[in-house]
Amino acid sequence: MRTPRAVSTGRAPRGLLVPAAAGLAFLVLPLVGLVLRAPWSTLPDRLADPAVLAALRLSLLTATMATAVCLVLGVPLAYVLARVPFPGRGVVRALVTLPLVLPPVVGGVALLLVLGRRRLVGSHLASWFGVSLPFTPAAVVLAEAFVAMPFLVIAVEGALRGADRRYEDAAATLGAGRWTTLRRVTLPLVAPGLAAGAVLCWARALGEFGATITFAGSFPGRTQTMPLAVYLALETDPADAVVLSLVLLGVSVAILAGLRERWLPSR
Amino acid sequence: MTRRAVTHRRVSRALAVAVPLLVLAACGGGAPAAPPRTVTVLAAASLTEVFTTLGRDFEADRPGTTVVLSFAGSSSLAQQVNAGAPADVFAAASAATMRTVADAGNAAGEPVVFARNQLVIAVPRGNPRGVRGLADLAGPGVKVALCAPPVPCGAAARTALAAAGVALTPVTLEQDVKATLAKLRLGEVDAALVYRTDAAAAGDQVTPVEFPESAAAVNEYPIVALAGAPNPGGAAAFVAYVRSPAAVAVLTAAGFQPP
Repeated sequence: MRTPRAVSTGRAPRGLLVPAAAGLAFLVLPLVGLVLRAPWSTLPDRLADPAVLAALRLSLLTATMATAVCLVLGVPLAYVLARVPFPGRGVVRALVTLPLVLPPVVGGVALLLVLGRRRLVGSHLASWFGVSLPFTPAAVVLAEAFVAMPFLVIAVEGALRGADRRYEDAAATLGAGRWTTLRRVTLPLVAPGLAAGAVLCWARALGEFGATITFAGSFPGRTQTMPLAVYLALETDPADAVVLSLVLLGVSVAILAGLRERWLPSR
Repeated sequence: MTRRAVTHRRVSRALAVAVPLLVLAACGGGAPAAPPRTVTVLAAASLTEVFTTLGRDFEADRPGTTVVLSFAGSSSLAQQVNAGAPADVFAAASAATMRTVADAGNAAGEPVVFARNQLVIAVPRGNPRGVRGLADLAGPGVKVALCAPPVPCGAAARTALAAAGVALTPVTLEQDVKATLAKLRLGEVDAALVYRTDAAAAGDQVTPVEFPESAAAVNEYPIVALAGAPNPGGAAAFVAYVRSPAAVAVLTAAGFQPP
């Protein structure tokens, strides 16, 4: 008697293997090329270039500030979207997700047309507080936060929806107030999702290009972040562009390694 | 408006490059098509208006021919050419930038200068801050946009500022002259160093302020047919057309100086 062949995930149709391999090569080969083309012998000197360090410092600083802005505004937004039923919630969720699919340069134009020094909000900022946002590191932070916040909101909202609400109910029956429940039960429950969302948000902010160059301009040490520096270096010294790209690649790999438990389960 | 048209042109150019590549890859070569009737021209951003006109005139002269234009900072275009972008003609805003293409062996023949241009200080209509020269730009609270140093207009700005002995910190260094001018047109800066022709093309939105030191930084515009041109005949014809009396009249009307 023949036993029916077990349906195993190890037996994919042969025809899928070739496009699968091509897909892998397509994603990996350009990065391999980047690593191979790197001017390894002069790498330390190029990395020690004050201009590179300035761009790196600015990028790390602005991405971290943007993540802070996203945490302060995005976590409450995610909580409301996940836990508070209100009419039009689907629309609000769609609006929050919009920057995720919007070309970043459009975000930059929109920010400029609202926060520019002669515009709707920007003119009031200038006349009331003497603040002019375009061409400042603060503009870089805003551009990055605009583009990166949906990543955080979606991750945290997903974690909140997946969390077991019975713990919160139990805390409530034991007399905990809303703030206490949020602080002592809910947030610890979603901490892994929150951390992953924050890291993703930070990585997106670090890589931001289109909204930044449109809204914040480009000036070394002030608004010229790593991606802008890569773009500019490609026109003057391509080897420098490769070095800067390697740094960003290294940061990305480090982020992936840090999140591997979440995204790449070992099984 | 202009910028959108430029972007659109860039997008269609990208598609025009990508789609045949995919088809070629799929067929593994295939039979040669009919002789190409498209001339692909990469031109400095400051040539946007005038080359759009010249392209249209060229097409009118030769029915069935299409001129595809791509405008960007000269240094960015030079880098595209040297990376093998399939184009027929390259027109740069500086001899130095053109040299990077010729040195890489990507020019078919010797580049020829077809126009010259120089910088003005572009200020908002009516010159509200009363800017009269470069020294006025170094004052406190004056926001200035310049082109990035690798771009010809950025190099010219550096030369002019050095000639005037003026040290100023701009708020931004943009990728091409149109992007620099855009920051002024949007009202985000008080002044921008751009070519005389760009200020003129912006119409009455922008007032140009001439300054003597711009004579120290006159840009020459060389043009050349590219070695890897898919349409060498069209490339040579377009280069010849840009130097014809009809084209010189268009260039002069736009504010360019003869070579």
